[in-house]
Amino acid sequence: MGRRGEPRVTPQEVAFGIVALLGVGAALRLVTARNVVHAALYLVVTLASVGAAYLVLAAEFVGWVQILIYVGAIVILFLFGLMLTKAPIGREALDNQQRGLAALVAVAVLIGLAALVLAAFPWSEARVQTVHVRTADVGAVIFSGYVLPFEAVSFLLLAALVGAVVLARKDEGER
Amino acid sequence: MIRLPLALLFSAALFSIGVYGVLARRNAVMVLMAIELMLNAVNLNLVAFSQYLADLAGQVFALFVIAVAAAEVGIGLAIVILVYRNRETINVDEVNLLRW
Repeated sequence: MGRRGEPRVTPQEVAFGIVALLGVGAALRLVTARNVVHAALYLVVTLASVGAAYLVLAAEFVGWVQILIYVGAIVILFLFGLMLTKAPIGREALDNQQRGLAALVAVAVLIGLAALVLAAFPWSEARVQTVHVRTADVGAVIFSGYVLPFEAVSFLLLAALVGAVVLARKDEGER
Repeated sequence: MIRLPLALLFSAALFSIGVYGVLARRNAVMVLMAIELMLNAVNLNLVAFSQYLADLAGQVFALFVIAVAAAEVGIGLAIVILVYRNRETINVDEVNLLRW
């Protein structure tokens, strides 16, 4: 409940709402686009708006990591994937016959999740305090409590790197 | 201050759009993009709850999820390229090698 004199909608909420609308709109265009390259560009907008949402939530380090890794690296990978595979363009070629059923499932998931969220956290009560998170604090938490997962992730990345090279290279003599 | 349900609803919307994309798309690369949407929805929840509970563990896990997603995209696209090289298509409806 907003106390008297306290603004009911804070500037951060306005910023977050704009970012969220942008992200959801671009995500909708992403899953309905008929041109695969356009879809990849909508993916950039969606990922950047999620990064902006992290920044509005004052999670600075995660926000910039999102921009660097997703927008900078993963989208480039997707574009390479699209260009190495000759993808047909057009609705029938991109979408399968169960579009309506898929939309039904997605709407059901959305309604279920929204009902759960609003039942667990009433709209006017649960508030995020946007305390600025310093990168040094995140680093201290990683290297004090999560060193083993951190090493496991580095091992996973190495394995993925080797695996991707082995899978995607052409063998000698093959064509 | 931001209402927590606002962030959670944004995340729920992204997740369900991702579900639609995975179910409705035929192009394997587009399916991978929709999976990225769902992973982003999870990350958004982790960061929002991390700030709500003032516990940095959520953000650390979001970073781990981002790293694992990067590995997943690399391997996934390598498999897609391999399938394209062998079968001349990346239509997931036609790739049924593992179907019983």
